[in-house]
Amino acid sequence: MTSPGAAAGGGGGEAAHVAFEGVSKSYDGTNLVVKDFNLEVGKGEFVTLLGPSGSGKTTILMMLAGFQAPTSGRIRIEGESVEDLAPRSRGIGMVFQNYALFPHMTVGQNLSFPLEVRGIDGEERHERVERALKLVRLEGMENRRPGQLSGGQQQRVAIARALVFEPSLVLMDEPLGALDRSLREEMQYEIRRIHRELAVTVVYVTHDQQEAMVMSDRIAVLKDGEVEQIAPPEVLYEEPERAFVARFIGENNRLHGRVATVEGGLCEVETGRTRIRALRVVDCEPGDRVTLSIRPERVSVNPEPGVFGNQVGATVQDLAFLGDHLRVHMEACGRSDFIAKIPNIVGHGGILVGDTVRVGWTVTDCRVLDYETRTNREAEHDETT
Amino acid sequence: MSRSARARRLSRSSPSGGPGSARALADRERLRAVVLVVPLLLFIGITFLAPLGMMLLRSVHDPVVADALPETLAVLGEWDGEGLPPEAAYEALARELTRAREERTLGQVAGRVNRVESGMRSLFTRSARGLQGVTEGPWREVMVELDEAWGQPAVWNAVRATGQRFTARHYLNAVDMQRLPDGSVTRQPEERRIYLALLWRTLWVSGVITLLCLILGYPIAHLIAHSPPRRANLFLLLVLVPFWTSLLVRTTAWIVLLQTQGVLNDIMVAIGLVGDDGRLTMIYNMTGTIVAMTHVLLPFMVLPLYSVMRAIPPRYMDAAASLGATPVQAFRRVYWPQTLPGVGAGSLLVFILAIGYYITPALVGGSSGQLISNMVAYHMQTSLNWGLAGALGGIMLAGVFVLYVLYDRLVGIERLSLS
Ligand SMILES: Nc1ncnc2c1ncn2[C@@H]1O[C@H](COP(=O)(O)OP(=O)(O)O)[C@@H](O)[C@H]1O
Ligand SMILES: [Mg+2]
Repeated sequence: MTSPGAAAGGGGGEAAHVAFEGVSKSYDGTNLVVKDFNLEVGKGEFVTLLGPSGSGKTTILMMLAGFQAPTSGRIRIEGESVEDLAPRSRGIGMVFQNYALFPHMTVGQNLSFPLEVRGIDGEERHERVERALKLVRLEGMENRRPGQLSGGQQQRVAIARALVFEPSLVLMDEPLGALDRSLREEMQYEIRRIHRELAVTVVYVTHDQQEAMVMSDRIAVLKDGEVEQIAPPEVLYEEPERAFVARFIGENNRLHGRVATVEGGLCEVETGRTRIRALRVVDCEPGDRVTLSIRPERVSVNPEPGVFGNQVGATVQDLAFLGDHLRVHMEACGRSDFIAKIPNIVGHGGILVGDTVRVGWTVTDCRVLDYETRTNREAEHDETT
Repeated sequence: MSRSARARRLSRSSPSGGPGSARALADRERLRAVVLVVPLLLFIGITFLAPLGMMLLRSVHDPVVADALPETLAVLGEWDGEGLPPEAAYEALARELTRAREERTLGQVAGRVNRVESGMRSLFTRSARGLQGVTEGPWREVMVELDEAWGQPAVWNAVRATGQRFTARHYLNAVDMQRLPDGSVTRQPEERRIYLALLWRTLWVSGVITLLCLILGYPIAHLIAHSPPRRANLFLLLVLVPFWTSLLVRTTAWIVLLQTQGVLNDIMVAIGLVGDDGRLTMIYNMTGTIVAMTHVLLPFMVLPLYSVMRAIPPRYMDAAASLGATPVQAFRRVYWPQTLPGVGAGSLLVFILAIGYYITPALVGGSSGQLISNMVAYHMQTSLNWGLAGALGGIMLAGVFVLYVLYDRLVGIERLSLS
């Protein structure tokens, strides 16, 4: 988001640190688990691969690390194609999903290992191990074994081990997946801090959209091995280009309907008995089925007439006070799961359950996206975690 | 009273007293559990512990001579061991020999003494026969007349030595030592040293077999542990086949393969590796023993290794590679150390089984491929020197126990992983 590398993201003048060029992967020769993946990661950038489980995130990371070979396409590091480079020669620090700390070695020995195999020893090795431990705030833990550490501490050791030999590129595969909520949030900021301090390039994998939002300069949203959108977090949230992205990142109201008229960058969509004017994000013709996406916090309840380009009637079904906002569940446009969030500063004007209200939103807050239903149970499940 | 206070009081009152109380219930359950395992305990006691104990007892306890010649031994107890024993000893021995002959225990007694001093069996039987009908002394003259051996102190020393009920003789024997008449312990004369060399040979061969099993078994176990389940099962089956094949079938197969006119030799002759008159002897010698025992014991190495390796996620090797290790470094520093409990368990198991292995060396070992247990069997079945057999068995038992303790100290017995 704010790191200096962010501007370099997406290529530009100088060569990208990592480049995927039309990479596809199949394990069994028929099903592609990664399809035509293209991504450039700038030096010092923090890029996250985000997607539900099974979407091919680990596979992409393993291809970059060298443990899997692409079925087609090319991967470049610093501009050089790496297909003939063994994992150990790629100089990539890797944090594995379950840490993969060597259980028979102490923390100190785990950290020394990558230095030892590089022929670094004596005082310098000792110093580097100390420095890495300090970086992850685990000073004085050299002589513990991984089994004697808490999950969070093991996580820190794994990160320290991936950094101790000073790679310029670090890969992390759901490194926080095994931690509980509060520890996970703490570690997210820790990893961000480390990333800033060392200015390394990070390719990070997670299925947790919030985690991705907190940490990343850019996020690549994946679904079934295909990229849905690659963009910085705020762009993904504000300007999703695919219905899947709109629903996977943050909360949204989804309406299905048919395009009635198209006029330049806008169009009118017929849903239920109402027509809604919306931003034409995807190419569409009158008659096409589409998904409309509206963020709940952009929906106003009982607005002044004439302020918003869209106004429809709704029935309040439930109210929940969540401190910073009031959550209003409504039936609107033929859907019973329509939600509006009213910020605490606005005041909610005495809405009660059962009231009939009007809701409105601006035309540009309502995006016309590809037609997508939630047939994918797994995706739905992942969204909730 | 608050609810929690009542609950506390209830729980405090329940463990004590009353036939329906929790403790009485637990006692009854425990009793039932004990009763259920009694048959097993009896079985183990009768078929395993009792014979073991009896063999060990026999190795130090031998009352035959003491029971047959009590008076003679009493007199000899006073004797200083030099010169000839007093007339009373001759008199007592003459009487007791005659009685032993009548009670038909003479053969046993003579056999015992004969183990200490050869030639005694015939001396005893001849003398007892000669003493028939002799009623008058002086007994020394009579007996020396019958056989002049009775005029030698060594003979009397042998009688006195075998007369001890508890004796270290068998253990001394088993390590090629002996106790001289003056009580000092020395090595057996050169030509009578057998067992120590055999013990060393057994340990050495068991070590070689263990090493071979490790070298052959480690890659197989690795292959099985990291194959997809279906293929792993197939490999496991192949490894286990020797387990399920009759011992005789297996041994016969080895004979067919390895004998001088066997398959292997035929092939080597056919491809010109050896001449027809240069056929190798690979069976009925130590080679046969080692080859066949390695085959038989391989599963005992593979299974513990397999179970340990299966628990090592392949991720560790990936991690090592990503940290810059070559495959050799990754194996040596990451994989091998984690398999050590399996290596230890497998080696311990194979080594212990090899030390005590009997049937395979007996069938394919010839005369040079015999191990210590074959000697135990010989003393059990042929020479009937059960005391010595017991002593050899006791030494093996102690050796295994030492190994076990050593393993516990080095690796920790709770890490012993037998699949
Ligand atoms: N080693 C493998 N062999 C065969 N199929 C695999 C292998 N690894 C992953 N897959 C399949 O590839 C797809 C993507 O998996 P993965 O890259 O692990 O997804 P993610 O990390 O996003 O959960 C899944 O359908 C998975 O079943
Ligand atoms: Mg994964």
